[in-house]
Amino acid sequence: MSLIVTLYICAIVSFQNIDKCFDGTPVLSDITFQVKEGETLCLIGPSGSGKSTILKLINGLLKPDSGKVEVFGKNVATSDDVELRRKIGFVLQQPALFPHYTVKQNIEIVPKLLGWNDDKCAARTLELLDLMGLNSGGMEERYPSQLSGGQQQRIGIARALAADPKLILFDEPFSALDPITRTDLQDEVLRLKKKLRKTTVFVTHDIREAFKLGDVVVILDEGRIIQMGAPEEIKANPSSAFVERFIDRDNE
Amino acid sequence: MNKALAFLFILLGASLGAQDVAIGSKLFSESRLLGEIMAQAIESQTELTVERRFGLGGSLIAFEALKSGSIDIYPEYTGTISEAILKESGDDYENELNDLGLIAGESFGFNNSYILITTETAGLSAISDLKNRGDLRFGFSNEFVKRGDGFGALNQAYGLNLPEPRGMNHGLAYRALAEGQIDVTDAYSTDGKLQEFGFQHLEDDQNFFPEYLAIPLIRNKLAQEHPEILGILSQIKIDGSKMRELNYLVEVMGSPIEKVAYDFLLEEGMVSKGSKPSFRHPIISQTIEHLQLTLLATLIAILIAVPMGIYISFKPRFATAILASTGVIQTVPSLALLGFMIPLFGIGFTPAIIALLLYALLPIVRNTYTGLQSTDPILIEAGRALGMTNWQILRMVRLPLAASFIMAGIRTALTINIGTATLAAFIGAGGLGESIITGINLNDNSIILQGAIPAALLALLADWGMAALAKKLEPRG
Repeated sequence: MSLIVTLYICAIVSFQNIDKCFDGTPVLSDITFQVKEGETLCLIGPSGSGKSTILKLINGLLKPDSGKVEVFGKNVATSDDVELRRKIGFVLQQPALFPHYTVKQNIEIVPKLLGWNDDKCAARTLELLDLMGLNSGGMEERYPSQLSGGQQQRIGIARALAADPKLILFDEPFSALDPITRTDLQDEVLRLKKKLRKTTVFVTHDIREAFKLGDVVVILDEGRIIQMGAPEEIKANPSSAFVERFIDRDNE
Repeated sequence: MNKALAFLFILLGASLGAQDVAIGSKLFSESRLLGEIMAQAIESQTELTVERRFGLGGSLIAFEALKSGSIDIYPEYTGTISEAILKESGDDYENELNDLGLIAGESFGFNNSYILITTETAGLSAISDLKNRGDLRFGFSNEFVKRGDGFGALNQAYGLNLPEPRGMNHGLAYRALAEGQIDVTDAYSTDGKLQEFGFQHLEDDQNFFPEYLAIPLIRNKLAQEHPEILGILSQIKIDGSKMRELNYLVEVMGSPIEKVAYDFLLEEGMVSKGSKPSFRHPIISQTIEHLQLTLLATLIAILIAVPMGIYISFKPRFATAILASTGVIQTVPSLALLGFMIPLFGIGFTPAIIALLLYALLPIVRNTYTGLQSTDPILIEAGRALGMTNWQILRMVRLPLAASFIMAGIRTALTINIGTATLAAFIGAGGLGESIITGINLNDNSIILQGAIPAALLALLADWGMAALAKKLEPRG
């Protein structure tokens, strides 16, 4: 009992028996999991399995029909959405950088919303560009359309990290990139993970990506958790034929 | 933005500045000239400030403006007052004017009535000489032939026994008479164009034509507050041939009305030499008025239409209704819309601004709405995920990305307004339409072009300027 309580207190994200329907169709049923501080959890499943819905429940873009979502130990249903989101980094499927903002302006959005002064923002931007390996060639003043897809997504990650959030969400961030760039960026995330130890929830439909990046992998199908565990555990003991098929793709 | 606001206030200030005396006039140049003469005489002999609201589109509009206090003085003709405005025959109109709180000032000393003119070689000297002269070629104006007190009544009163003539365009009659294509035509006695020709004036030997003595009509309230004004106006004396000469200077020679009025008053010793006002060519003052009208109307339209477009982008169920109703406004013919304004807002600058801004609403609302609707949903989601409020998403993402749409709407609105504003002269708002209307009235293409060319240039310039501005504001990247 005391062990469970300890785990619960350490959880940055906690889902307890979450149900969610869209227009009467259930998209999530009885979802329960936790993400501990400093852990990377990968959500994986075919399209329509409800992975992105889980991310939106974490940052309050969606509310559960039943059950309780807690983030940083607070019930999302009763916390201030805007305030919550500014504490969570979010990397979107497409980088979704604002085309009318320069790289610098894109990165500084959340710090500016939080009221940081210009000097602090500028210093942070330089630090992040440095971290992402983009500190050359007047990158700050470029517009997103002047960047490659991989560069754009690196800026997307820098934007998510800007206000130094404790929790970062990735929503299939590399699905539109070519395999080489994707591998590069996966390595980058791995490097950041070791360096920054951010709590991370990473949605993907690529099992290799999930096994590569995740401390814990959650396999979803039709809104239910099919299996959850460390990559080695899942590889060793797939719980069903569905999971086996999923893992098999890894060997293709 | 701050610059735009400052500009708005300058425009507002220019249009709303309170003056002690407001002098009006009708559209034609004699009326304007009399208005300007009165204005300069008052300015030079008192400390009062005078507002000029010239170019009111007709006797009834000018009279209503006077009654309602939009103006304090305007020049009118006795015949027009008794027959067209009060519709009361006889000379007893002065009492009726008093009941309306108005005073008929002392006559300026000339009678601008219908006269008949002929060539010096025709051997005619009085209207009664026309008796049984069916052999003469009559070139009467359409208006004179049709009017109840025109040709028909004249024929009967003098017993001329003439067949009903065909009407012709008045603008062509003088030339036709000078070239010997016709023998007799009608004219206004003070028409400046007569100055160019040596026509013979046929004496009205049976006093058929009613008197159209020019007088100032004055609000009683003004006369009580500033009794000295009555004295000043009564000193202004202009005889028929002098008036014709002044009209000639304005209409034919193209001298600025301010200069003609000043030179006349200087000659009469009613202004001092040092007080010479700066004369602006009418094209310049009309262009300034035109810009004031269109820019102010467009600015106010932006202030209404952009929030309206934002509102309906949040409440799509109102979108159809609002877009449809602004669309309906735009289908109302411009002249009709300007006409609707008179009973609601009177005459002059304000109703013209309101009519113009109503026209400008649709393109701006529609483009604001379309622009906001076209934001990529993923960017809205990104904004929300980053912790922007709806208002911040609007201000930081949707509006900047919709800017080129909104600018295109403003550009359309401004161009439409520059064209439509030429009609604002009909309700006394001034602008380049004054030249166009005067030119149409006088059938003088050069005067029409004096208004039409600058208006077309303004429209092109505005279009070009807005395109340049839009390019500057367009989001980069």
